[in-house]
Amino acid sequence: MARRPRPEPVQVVKQRRDAALKALVDGVPYIRFLGITFERHGDELTALLAYDDKLIGNPMLPALHGGAIAAFLEVAAIIELSWSYLWEDIESGRIDPTTIDPQHLPRLPKTIDFTVDYLRSGLPRDAYARARVNRSGRRYASVHVEAWQDNRSRLFAQATGHFLMPARTEPTP
Amino acid sequence: MDDKSFKIASQFIEALPHSRALGMRLTALEPGAAEIAMPYDVSLIGDPETGVIHGGAVSALMDTCGGAAVMSHPEASHGTATIDLRIDYMRAATPGQTVTARAECYHVTRTVAFVRAWAMDDDRDNPVAAATGAFTVERA
Repeated sequence: MARRPRPEPVQVVKQRRDAALKALVDGVPYIRFLGITFERHGDELTALLAYDDKLIGNPMLPALHGGAIAAFLEVAAIIELSWSYLWEDIESGRIDPTTIDPQHLPRLPKTIDFTVDYLRSGLPRDAYARARVNRSGRRYASVHVEAWQDNRSRLFAQATGHFLMPARTEPTP
Repeated sequence: MDDKSFKIASQFIEALPHSRALGMRLTALEPGAAEIAMPYDVSLIGDPETGVIHGGAVSALMDTCGGAAVMSHPEASHGTATIDLRIDYMRAATPGQTVTARAECYHVTRTVAFVRAWAMDDDRDNPVAAATGAFTVERA
């Protein structure tokens, strides 16, 4: 009976996945400007928008700016989509995350259109978002994203976007 | 629109912390229409390889400009909030160039303002993005 190869040590797996995610996120100045970070559990990502005064739109309420919310959702959607198609390459070892740096980022998907629903005003505190790739074809993808603050089931915004997938380079033999 | 209303609207937009963080300034205002410019800045870059700004920054500009167009409408000047906003990205904005949005209320009811907007860089005949949105109308 053929024996299953021994699973890799947990630190090796985590280190590889975290390095890939870091490469995807850290190289983008606008993600840093907004203060968005990602938490990873297995392949599931949660985007976190840490509260900052510069995210406020209406200082009288105060409420988060609709534009900051839209940008947060779009960043969450693009990273989720990139992550989902990179995952396989990372897991199989086709991409070595240690070779990814801002000059050698994987090509990111391009937004075709993005529609945001504002459900309630964004409170001046941290916000979270999770995206789901509903369809990912060779050329086009459709992604839905939901955002909440205190209560996961009380969304304050949601969005759907369509994306043009980057041309896939065949792995060199 | 007269100089006084333009000045009030300018100050209003520049007092919004997020709009200020993105360097936005009002460049034109008419009843129910507004134009806002957002200068290029390296912190807005979404693609480090090309220096093209992130779509999210264009969304923020469109949203601010849509809201300004609603508040400049004589029937809706008491405030507004975005109900929904759809953006079509037609091409990448040229790195280094200011992006200017123009928004117009094309229909206003007692409760809702319907807005269309465009974003342009130096090549004004070739918009970077287009948007349509619904905004709330708050009356006195």
